[in-house]
Amino acid sequence: MVRVIGFLVGLVFAGVLLISLISNAATYFQSPPAPLASDEFHKEPKEVRFASDGPFGKFDKAQLQRGFQIYSEVCSACHSMSLVSFRDLKALGYNEAEIKKIASDWKTQVPSINPDTGEAATRKALPSDHIPSPFPNEVAARAANNNALPPDLSLMTKAREGGSAYVYSILTGYQNQPAELLKKFPDAKTPQGLHYNPYFANLNIAMPPPLTSAGQVTYAPGNPAPTVDQMARDVAAFLAWTAEPNLESRHAAGLAVAIFLLIAAILGYLAYQQLWHEAKRAVRVTGPLEPENQAKTRRAKARQRVAG
Amino acid sequence: MATKAQSAEGPATTGHAEGGVRRRDFLNVAAVSFAGVGGVAALAPLLVQMAPSADVLAMATTEVDIAKIQPGQGIKTQWRKQPVFIRNLTPKEIAEANAVSLSDLRDPQTLAERTKPGKTNWLITLGVCTHLGCVPLGISEGENRGPFGGYFCPCHGSMYDTAARIRQGPAPKNLFVPDYEFTSPTTVLIGGTGKK
Amino acid sequence: MSFSWAKAYEPKHPVMRWIDERLPLPRVVYGAVGGGYPVPRNLNYFWNFGVLAGVFLTIQIVTGIVLAMHYYATTDGAFNSVNGLIMRDVNAGWLLRYAHMNGASFFFLVTYIHIFRGLYYGSYKAPRELVWMLGLVIYLLMMATGFMGYVLPWGQMSYWGAQVITGFFSAFPLVGEPIRIWLLGGYAPDEAALTRFFSLHYLLPFVIAGVVILHIWALHIPGSGNPTGVDVKDERDTLPFHPFYTAKDGWFAAAVLLVYAVVTYYAPNYLGHADNYIPANPLATPAHIVPEWYFWPFYAILRSFTVDFVLAAKLWGVLAMFISILLLFFLPWLDKSPVRSGNYRPVFKRFFWLLVVDVLILGYVGGAPISPGRIALGQAASAYYFLHFLVILPLVSRFETTLPLPSSISTSVLHGEEAEAAPAGQTKKRGGSVATATAR
Repeated sequence: MVRVIGFLVGLVFAGVLLISLISNAATYFQSPPAPLASDEFHKEPKEVRFASDGPFGKFDKAQLQRGFQIYSEVCSACHSMSLVSFRDLKALGYNEAEIKKIASDWKTQVPSINPDTGEAATRKALPSDHIPSPFPNEVAARAANNNALPPDLSLMTKAREGGSAYVYSILTGYQNQPAELLKKFPDAKTPQGLHYNPYFANLNIAMPPPLTSAGQVTYAPGNPAPTVDQMARDVAAFLAWTAEPNLESRHAAGLAVAIFLLIAAILGYLAYQQLWHEAKRAVRVTGPLEPENQAKTRRAKARQRVAG
Repeated sequence: MATKAQSAEGPATTGHAEGGVRRRDFLNVAAVSFAGVGGVAALAPLLVQMAPSADVLAMATTEVDIAKIQPGQGIKTQWRKQPVFIRNLTPKEIAEANAVSLSDLRDPQTLAERTKPGKTNWLITLGVCTHLGCVPLGISEGENRGPFGGYFCPCHGSMYDTAARIRQGPAPKNLFVPDYEFTSPTTVLIGGTGKK
Repeated sequence: MSFSWAKAYEPKHPVMRWIDERLPLPRVVYGAVGGGYPVPRNLNYFWNFGVLAGVFLTIQIVTGIVLAMHYYATTDGAFNSVNGLIMRDVNAGWLLRYAHMNGASFFFLVTYIHIFRGLYYGSYKAPRELVWMLGLVIYLLMMATGFMGYVLPWGQMSYWGAQVITGFFSAFPLVGEPIRIWLLGGYAPDEAALTRFFSLHYLLPFVIAGVVILHIWALHIPGSGNPTGVDVKDERDTLPFHPFYTAKDGWFAAAVLLVYAVVTYYAPNYLGHADNYIPANPLATPAHIVPEWYFWPFYAILRSFTVDFVLAAKLWGVLAMFISILLLFFLPWLDKSPVRSGNYRPVFKRFFWLLVVDVLILGYVGGAPISPGRIALGQAASAYYFLHFLVILPLVSRFETTLPLPSSISTSVLHGEEAEAAPAGQTKKRGGSVATATAR
């Protein structure tokens, strides 16, 4: 009974799927779907290596400081970084006094209340505060940015396929829309207010190129020259840190745990083999290799030869 | 084959008994104890995650404006989610505190030890009774200050003097003095010296 | 336990005897996982995966309980509590979160291998039908738990995954939409949905643990199966679970945990989706909504039905998705071959491997962006899935010729030495297993 019903159910599903398949195929061959400009002209992130890449990756503190400098001088005008606290910057090599100054000098202040009147006010940031957002809310952010919302950057390298390489590619990927694209897809001209960037998913990004000229940010002496390429690398590396501040301790702990488990598995395997080796020998002693059973087998075989 | 089986019997059951037992046990003991160490180590993150997280430890330092506190007045404010009493002692209260002999005190401390040099009139303590944690009375106008002129805890009758030292009642210690520093003559940063 | 040679529990330590006299837990443990549970001696490593599933259930419960100490189940606070507080400020928080995240993946991985072991070796056949069905109940509970857990961080995939999966119910006419609204406590995933998912996500693993106990109890009545599918006959066929299988399970668990550790520490986001690091936005749908990898085959089946035929395409998809799991409950009656193990069923074996390939294809289709080629591939693969269980297996099990079974487990362990000199064509029944006569 079960099998009859099952049989019919199976045939019904297979049948409906076949109908779907044929119908789709017919539609596809009759009117194939129109290709999109982004299918052909979108580019995968550039090949670029960062100090934190790979299982033994570590952060380059000097690079992180440069990246933070770029964030605070360029990006923080529009982008929040609300999951990072000023005190976290200790990992970049700043000391307490420097962090205090960075926090209190931060151009956006933290919302608070006037202690006398109770009215809304602002106060200087403390090291324990999260980095204040440049806009008080989403509406203000969109109003200031042509109705586009600049995303929070705290997790950007984990929130995009390609991570730091993606960020670097976007920052260095701005270019004029290629003539080839306009020829093939005349309707795909970059709209007013957007900017062509082939590394962005739909090719047209609302953010204007933030890094436009070398020396836009002045690095402290002893650092490489602030070319657009270098600045893009530095801020991408910094964003890798903001997304994964525990990367170095994670890698170090991982090595210890992996080695421990490897040794545990090996010791366990040796103990298992030794235990079972003895068990297998025990089987042979009591099983068909016992001389009595061997004799029985020989007699049975002899009878077979006689019979066949 | 038969002979092999027979001879296999011997070492299998007798020869193992001595050197073999030790070898077998050693490997088993080694494997199990190694795994056991790992099991204990695995407990570490589970226990340590309950300790205060970095944001809690970041100790919001509280800056308090004390300009408006007149001698003889006090305010109640907050630090690390706990009540803090800030009192501006009058010269009479300071004299009373200094007149007490240390041998009379359960928790001997001078007023000078509990204030900053040159600012002995500013008494900044936690407003948490050291007995079982109630908030004592006496900081605000009109509250009962108890017979020693300081603070009075209504829960079990602990009585503190003008230097917030325990004089009578079940509390074992004086009201706790947190780390603080004067960032200006009229502002105090509690938790500010960063030592704790 | 029906094995007469199973060792009885004899507590050596006086404390253990004292406890056992008052609460017979020590003897139950001894008889279940100790020296008192005889297990076939010929088990291969595919038999390790049940215990591994138990290991990962434990890891999930332990890491989950400590994560719940820091998590905020509110739409405002959830994302920041996970990615701000737990990942950055809580001591070892990043480790616990990554362990829990990847623990779910490994829990499903070992469970799938465990299920496919059951499919190949006929573990679902009499007398273990209930073991199989309890296992399916565990699997369904796992799916519910995993789905709700993924919603909790309240990222883009959390939100839209919840939207899609609760949207299934609206496919059902009349009652569908009211049920969906009742499930969500609203018209879209919001505060009410999040808090109730948190509550249920905390509860279900303990329900799973209870069903696991029933699952193991039901197994221990007939005892464990084995790769030959031949029943245990006497003492020579078995070994006590402790120390032989505790040692085997122990070392292999360490090896699997090594793989788990490497993924957790060095590639913790590989199995996940970048979009879940974007806070949930009810007004913007991600480019490609996909569930976690362990749901991909079912997602492929769901999306394969694209044409209305009597019923709406969406309803076909939902029905097919549910039935693809429900049909597994009937497997013991769909596949009635008296031979259990695929080792002795050559035709069945080939179709089994076809099924494995088919499920892998379905997984690929479910996780990849939609394209006309992939839709067609998914439709063919979904059709095969249903045909396999509902049409092919019943027919194969009825008409196939199986290979002769070994006369006993210990015989097979000795690799066909002198003892297998039983003349060809013997059909002597021994202890309930039947070997079909064949001329090889």
